[in-house]
Amino acid sequence: MAGIVIIGAGHGGVQLAASLRDQGFGGQITLISNEADWPYHKPPLSKSYMQTQEAPLQALRGARFFDDKQINLRLGAAVSSIDRAAQTVTFADGATLGYDTLVLATGTTARRLAVPGADLAGVFHLRTAEDARAMRSALGGVRRVAVIGGGFIGLEAAAMLAARGLSVEVLETAPRLLGRAVSRAVADAVGEYLVRQGVKIHCSSAVSQLVGQKQVNTVQLEDGQKIAADMVVVGIGAVPEITLAQAAGLDCDNGIVTNSLLATSDRAIYALGDCVAYPQAQLGRMARLESVQNATDQARALARTLTGTPTPYDTLPWFWSDIGTLKLQIAGLSHDADEAITVHRDDGTLQSVWCLAKGRLVAVETLNSPGEHMLARRLIADGLTLDRAVMASGDMMRLKAAYSVAR
Amino acid sequence: MAKITFIQPDGSPLIVDAQPGDSVMVAATAAGVDGIAAECGGSCMCATCHCLVETGPIGALPEMEDAERDTLEFTAEQMQPASRLTCQITVSEALDGLVLRVVGR
Repeated sequence: MAGIVIIGAGHGGVQLAASLRDQGFGGQITLISNEADWPYHKPPLSKSYMQTQEAPLQALRGARFFDDKQINLRLGAAVSSIDRAAQTVTFADGATLGYDTLVLATGTTARRLAVPGADLAGVFHLRTAEDARAMRSALGGVRRVAVIGGGFIGLEAAAMLAARGLSVEVLETAPRLLGRAVSRAVADAVGEYLVRQGVKIHCSSAVSQLVGQKQVNTVQLEDGQKIAADMVVVGIGAVPEITLAQAAGLDCDNGIVTNSLLATSDRAIYALGDCVAYPQAQLGRMARLESVQNATDQARALARTLTGTPTPYDTLPWFWSDIGTLKLQIAGLSHDADEAITVHRDDGTLQSVWCLAKGRLVAVETLNSPGEHMLARRLIADGLTLDRAVMASGDMMRLKAAYSVAR
Repeated sequence: MAKITFIQPDGSPLIVDAQPGDSVMVAATAAGVDGIAAECGGSCMCATCHCLVETGPIGALPEMEDAERDTLEFTAEQMQPASRLTCQITVSEALDGLVLRVVGR
């Protein structure tokens, strides 16, 4: 009995191992990580992990958990190939391991900056604990940081570095922050918050090269502007880690392609998490999402499927980003929205944006309004759209009352 | 240190030496308590660190804030009067002897 082999011990891989035991799976489970670090929470890497030099990694689960659940955790073990005919994986050291079912939970890798000088010392990409450790240990003596990329990781890092007293400038190629992840109103509010924290933001600013002898000292923009920096943090997105899947001949298209049961084009191989392109239930088309929620809820669904209860994955997506003291929360997907209802507080700050598509509520973005976010998750999951005036009020009493009537 | 007992979903107790300053959730996951997934890492987003307060120094627990109440109300399974999200409780010496029942899911 070769059991279930999971490649990748991030949020999704670890949750799958846990959920398989919760579902009563009694066979062998092997969880393989190419990282040497004990499986850890990724979101804090760009936040609390950077706040002090001593902050530890936050373990996903302690050692006792893996022992009690008889999960064979293999750290620092890189899989180099999959033999689909023999149903084995081969490690970099040549050893092989058989599987009955293989699950690819390989996640993403940081998109690398491809300009001259990107390999200079002082340039950091931020994805893994190893990346974060290297960046943190280089922070001593740094005064000016250029953050390339105005997405979630870049902005979280910018807020954290500014809070450490550093001079921070954000360089974003697009005309606005946060790309298509959030509405324009939320992106602008986040930008205004960062400016109040002392962060300088340059949109429509493409980087042409990084300059320095061995150590970076200047970021040069395409328009000729030069930004002095003794550290550069690159956060320009992530690419799905599909090397193994592609080499094994599995269908890949912006990720490892699966059906709604997370099955790949090989009936013995499944995939989950950031690396997967799957038929997204709320959008009604193929999509790939990068989030903790997507990975862990897919893991729960897949654990049921692999223990005899085929369970299509259709959970409502949600996301969050802690940018300094600003808590941005997103319920649902706004890709198809054609109407936005913005809610402001009495002091004029943005509280939330309610996104509708053809009159139906599809997503709600909130800033420091956790109750509204939680209610929105319920509303969207239940397929409910409230009266526009109630949504526009942003008032929890009115929202809760309307929800209890509508449900 | 504060000794906190977690009654796991299978009924077995696990006594954890919790470090003051950590959240109760961090103490539980580091010790490998079963049934606490804590997938959001302590951001009060997922309600997968839901426990019921059973016995011990209940008066020493911090007051529940709106974010925790709303998260419990709208996302947790079986919210009860004794429900708490352990990511929102900071360990202190005063919590020594606390007994929590893991809700799990």
